[in-house]
Amino acid sequence: MLKIENLQARIEEKEILKGINLEIKPGEIHAIMGPNGSGKSTLASVLAGREDYEVTGGSVDFLGKDLLEMSPEDRAKEGLFLAFQYPVEIPGVSTTNFIKTAVNEKRKYLGQEPLDAAQFLKTMKEKMKLVEIDQSLLSRSLNEGFSGGEKKRNEIFQMAMLEPKLAILDETDSGLDIDALRIVANGVNQLRSKDNAFLVVTHYQRLLDYIVPDFVHVLYKGKIVRSGTKELALELEEKGYDFIKAELEKETV
Amino acid sequence: MEVINNLTKAFASQENPSSPLHEFQSDNWKTFAGLGLPAIKHEEWKYTRIRNAYADNLVIATNAQLIAATLSAHQLPGTDHANRIVFLNGRYQAGLSSFQDDSASLVVKPLETAAGDEDAEFVNLHLGHSQKYHPDGINALNAAFAAGGVYIRVNKGKSLNQPVVIYHFTDSSNGYAFSQPRILVNAAEASAASIMETYVNIGGGESLTNEVIEICAAQDAVLHYVKIQNEGAKSSHSGTSHIRQLGKCLTHAVTLTLSGKLVRNNLNMVMEAEHGESHMYGLYLLNGDTLADNHTIVDNAMPHCFSNELYKGILDEQSTGVFNGKIFVRKDAQKTNAYQSNKNILLGDHASANTKPQLEIFADDVKCSHGCTIGKLDEDALFYLKARGISEQKAKALLLHAFAIDILDQIQHEAIREYADKLISERLSFDF
Repeated sequence: MLKIENLQARIEEKEILKGINLEIKPGEIHAIMGPNGSGKSTLASVLAGREDYEVTGGSVDFLGKDLLEMSPEDRAKEGLFLAFQYPVEIPGVSTTNFIKTAVNEKRKYLGQEPLDAAQFLKTMKEKMKLVEIDQSLLSRSLNEGFSGGEKKRNEIFQMAMLEPKLAILDETDSGLDIDALRIVANGVNQLRSKDNAFLVVTHYQRLLDYIVPDFVHVLYKGKIVRSGTKELALELEEKGYDFIKAELEKETV
Repeated sequence: MEVINNLTKAFASQENPSSPLHEFQSDNWKTFAGLGLPAIKHEEWKYTRIRNAYADNLVIATNAQLIAATLSAHQLPGTDHANRIVFLNGRYQAGLSSFQDDSASLVVKPLETAAGDEDAEFVNLHLGHSQKYHPDGINALNAAFAAGGVYIRVNKGKSLNQPVVIYHFTDSSNGYAFSQPRILVNAAEASAASIMETYVNIGGGESLTNEVIEICAAQDAVLHYVKIQNEGAKSSHSGTSHIRQLGKCLTHAVTLTLSGKLVRNNLNMVMEAEHGESHMYGLYLLNGDTLADNHTIVDNAMPHCFSNELYKGILDEQSTGVFNGKIFVRKDAQKTNAYQSNKNILLGDHASANTKPQLEIFADDVKCSHGCTIGKLDEDALFYLKARGISEQKAKALLLHAFAIDILDQIQHEAIREYADKLISERLSFDF
């Protein structure tokens, strides 16, 4: 589904990604872990198409297409979804209208009829249950005055509505209490299928108790330095990132 | 200057020594003759070359006719039952005006009539008060032609059921047409009214409107005022909307500027009684070479008054927005709360915004704030929308509409608010 080869990117003059290789197949959940500043969020942003980052090398194939050549909106319509670490507050834009526009733009792109009001409402009600989000939240301006947990739940709700093929969760667990974490994870697990895939970017292992990954990768200084199964996450949790750093230093000596 | 000669002739031809307004008019003509047209070296006119609008080919039209079909073609949607006041080339047209509220609530008559009947005392007391705040040539020029104006009285204790919509038609089919409407409003004690103004250039030529509306709101009055400017790129405008709070009352103004060549709006809130409340909102959505200049004044003379002001601008192409917000807090106006904000989004590479808050505070126990921003669309918000599959163009329209909506929401009359929203949505290609 997604094949990243030797991906390099920088922001202004600073090299952040220094050759990422990663392949994700349908049905898989991959977790990317790593200390602060390792490039986790940059990877998520580059994949979603944020223009602040300049891709300086490598390639990304998404469902047989060159992802890096696509605009952010086309990436989304092709089935890529980024759950933002910091969802943006947009006063004056109603959450419901926003989601309806997004859903119908995608349908148009895929050659499908737009959802009428009744169909949209029905879908919305189903997905609202999934992420335990309240109607009153959706009638408000997009993310405006939402708590941290509400914003993250709104991200997962949008994901549910847009039914992406690949969803990237950028530190979706940050700032969540345990109940909100459970709700978010529950939503993800219910949306999981053999046809879609998830890339979960996180600093901590605790999210992975709820969203169990097939593979865990450790990102450090812009490179994936370790890959393994969910046990790797547990090891990291136990020993801390210093253990990886120490090991790497040993290797380079 | 040829234009001055033409104005002089026009003034002389309409002079009527038996009119009760004669003295007022001739005094103002003398003032105008002395001051002339404002020049850009005048601080108040720094960005706005109003003299350019007074070109030599300006025609001071008199005898034009307006047909009912033209009138209905330009009627604001949803205002079938509104009170309608029609001006043509700056002169009140009683025959084309119509009223839904009865005369126990609403009285409308030529200003010249009011100056000689039971309203004469009020007219004498209040006509020309705006000049204290705008002692310039064009205010005086308007006053010199005040005989064509209208007087509106909303009676004591009466709430109008329908808004008063004032249509200003300027017929430019015979050349560069000049209109000078004059309006005096007497919102009596405990009255409630909504007054709207809109401007139409018919005839396809160039036009210039130089307007003065003076509104006096008495104790416990509630007065909503909306000015919608969408006359097209050939129309220039200078207007003063002078709102005076004679007693504790609520006055609320919304100014929308969507097109024009050179547009200057003065809006004054003169708060002369304790516990007054005033609101001033404005939106200018400009493109092409349009220049829109909003000069506002809040004058707090008495304690415990509240004023809130928010003006927003979206400036595309080579357009220019100017905002100047003066707040005076006089020595006795303790416990004043006065807020002011001006926000601009520059879309065009050649668009510009000039914004200047100007607070003059002579009392020591007040809360006043001001702020202004000039920037581009929020890149983070734009990316967020695009990352959900919304096209760049649509995402921009969505954000701009969201930026504008809190000004539109201030328009109380639902049909007018929807109409304004439709105009703005069309301009932004916003279809939600």
